[in-house]
Amino acid sequence: MRKALLCLGLMMLALVLPAHALEIEDRKLFAGAQATATLRVISTGDVELFAPLIEAFIASNPSVAVEYTTVGSSDLMQAVLDGSERFDVALSSAMDLQTKLVNDGFARTHRSPQTAALPPWARWRDQLFAFTQEPAAIILSKSAFEGAGLPRTRRELIEIVRADPDRFSGRIGTYDIRSSGLGFLFATQEARSADIFWRFSEVMGNLDVQLYCCSSQMINDVANGTLAVAYNVLGSYAAGRQEASAYTILYPEDFTLVMQRTALIPADALQPEIAGRFVDALVARRGAGELNSTDTEDRWFSDIQPGYRRIPVGPGLLVYLDKLKRRNFLDEWTSAVVKP
Amino acid sequence: MIPVRRLLGSIRARILLQLFLGAAVLSLIVFLVFRDYARDLAAQSQDNILAASVTSILDATSIRNGRLNVDIPYSAFSMLGNVSEDRVFYAIRGNDVFLTGYENLSFERVEPGEAAQFLTSTFDGAEVRIALAARSFSLDGEPIVVEAIVAQTREGLQSTLNGISRTVALFGVGFFVLVAALGFVTTQTSLRPLRTLAGSVSRRGPSDLRPVQGIVPGEMTPLVQALNGFILRLKASLSRSEDLIAEAAHRVRTPLATVRAQAEMVLLRVEKPQTRKDLREMIQAIDESSRAAGQLLDHAMVTFRAEHLQDELVDFGKLIPETVNRLQPTADLRDIEINLTQCGSDLLGRGDAILVQSAVLNILDNAIKYAPRESTIEVAVSKKENDALAEVRVLDEGGGFPIDAEAKLLADRFVRGSNTDGVIGSGLGLTIASEVAKAHGGSLVLENIDGGGACAKLYFALD
Repeated sequence: MRKALLCLGLMMLALVLPAHALEIEDRKLFAGAQATATLRVISTGDVELFAPLIEAFIASNPSVAVEYTTVGSSDLMQAVLDGSERFDVALSSAMDLQTKLVNDGFARTHRSPQTAALPPWARWRDQLFAFTQEPAAIILSKSAFEGAGLPRTRRELIEIVRADPDRFSGRIGTYDIRSSGLGFLFATQEARSADIFWRFSEVMGNLDVQLYCCSSQMINDVANGTLAVAYNVLGSYAAGRQEASAYTILYPEDFTLVMQRTALIPADALQPEIAGRFVDALVARRGAGELNSTDTEDRWFSDIQPGYRRIPVGPGLLVYLDKLKRRNFLDEWTSAVVKP
Repeated sequence: MIPVRRLLGSIRARILLQLFLGAAVLSLIVFLVFRDYARDLAAQSQDNILAASVTSILDATSIRNGRLNVDIPYSAFSMLGNVSEDRVFYAIRGNDVFLTGYENLSFERVEPGEAAQFLTSTFDGAEVRIALAARSFSLDGEPIVVEAIVAQTREGLQSTLNGISRTVALFGVGFFVLVAALGFVTTQTSLRPLRTLAGSVSRRGPSDLRPVQGIVPGEMTPLVQALNGFILRLKASLSRSEDLIAEAAHRVRTPLATVRAQAEMVLLRVEKPQTRKDLREMIQAIDESSRAAGQLLDHAMVTFRAEHLQDELVDFGKLIPETVNRLQPTADLRDIEINLTQCGSDLLGRGDAILVQSAVLNILDNAIKYAPRESTIEVAVSKKENDALAEVRVLDEGGGFPIDAEAKLLADRFVRGSNTDGVIGSGLGLTIASEVAKAHGGSLVLENIDGGGACAKLYFALD
């Protein structure tokens, strides 16, 4: 029976695959011996990040197999929007795109004791649920800052890199916000929070900033000494590394943005009931430790220190998705950062 | 009891019904008014925020570098998110050309410069409240009208309104219950004097014709006055008829005595046996009438004196032997011996000695009348009920009272036992004794003795 279903699923997959241009980075099937139904999860997070959680989920739900698909945040949104390939749960770090999906009616309402226990800023319309708190950090190469002293705020960082352009020129990296959804989210929220964002962008532009698509590559380059500074990187990605001794993770004291990874159940989900259980399992963790750790300590609230600024879920996030607003912002950013 | 025709039903039920209906209507009005008010208020607050959102978008719109620059402020939408978790849609147009937002969100053009306009419509399958405003700019000397439309779904408003409706409904129900309870209590309280009055009147004894006293509410004063007036008239009428009876008895007694004397004289003169026999029967009839008239007078006297009871010391220890002595001659006529025993001293009570004497006389008289010749009558005076009562017990060896059940009736006026043929009597003697005993805080108890004989016990209150 299970094999028959699986075959059917694969056949259907084969049928729909050519119809769209979903750029899949990775796809993995987690299935126990008794699995009879498949939950299709689409996510922007690496599969390694979610593997422990998914395995725990199928351990307590042995009849469920989980197919985990990793895509970019824009692709994720597109996949939910056009619905040519139907997913049951969408997990994304792009809070604004998730909000847009919910606002435009592409998500399904899910209420449970677990979601009801979420604080209001972690839940929107009972359709979007935040399940992590991930602060944006600045990764500083220890060797590059030798003798200069480690900065604690953006202002100090600007002063240090300005004072020694030779040392830092071409060695500052950040997201290319034109292609990275998360980079765009951090940039817009930072611009909204403080004027120093534009000053720092000017400085980075003058120092031949390197633009990246993803956190991991930036961290790699800091670790191997190519970069001295990686700006706006998910701190959690950098903390778990083996080469973590090569760099310092700075959560700026002036303010640190905190991204909340969110989950939604697409309106056309085929397994909404299992999807609901999966979301419950996600939010029940309430951000306990890193996603892939076994640390169950509840750090949901204690992680938010003074100076940490949580990006709230809600319609405010729609503003920077406005095409004129976005164009304005990207124009301004490009003129500051990307020197002709 | 004579049934009273209930024309209008109970006052209480009517007042309660009216109060309950009034409370229900009032509660309903309160509910509707409050709900509509809250609804308007909630809708008004949504409109205000939508208007602020639209205005902030237009405020952030400008002409820059020869281009129309629409730069929606973050707060334009975040302020909408602060109030509820409703979906937000928007559209911005320049000279009727769609610039950004949701293209399908299109409505009739508003004139620039005016205040924001509001309307309710549907968008993407949901009810939305929409604010529209327009402003005109000048681009290269040409006017350009920028229109901003912001729409928000009303789910949050709806759930707020449902909450308000529930609260207001609860309030309405509470209001109703409170008013109803208050009405119930008020009705009970206001009708209590009426019930008290009715109770006090119906509990009265048959001869209690005192005016009704006690404090009543102003509304009931006319009723009480009318009742008292009626009692007064009834009393006057009663005393008039008693006066009449006494007067009649008095007037009859003297001629009767004359007739009796004449009849006796005639009896001495005639010798024809048949005539003598007729004359004797006549004398007996005259005796009976005379005795009845005397007792009627006695009764009238007792009634009067009992109503205006004197408060003088009565020494039963002295009074009873005197009374027995007075009847000794009558008893001797029938060879009846009266044995008087007296237990205890200080048999002192308060009241009217003449009445007490009259009561004892009547009982003794009865005993002598109904006892056989050459028998003994026992009279015993003693204290009873922890010295609260004096008991005068009269035992005879006569036929006794017919049956115990009848003994209770005998104290009523003009009721005579069924075994009294051949004995002169009016049926008032026991009535008199009973009324006197009652007037003195006591009673008359009639019993039969096992093995023949009657027992009459008179009780009087002692000091």
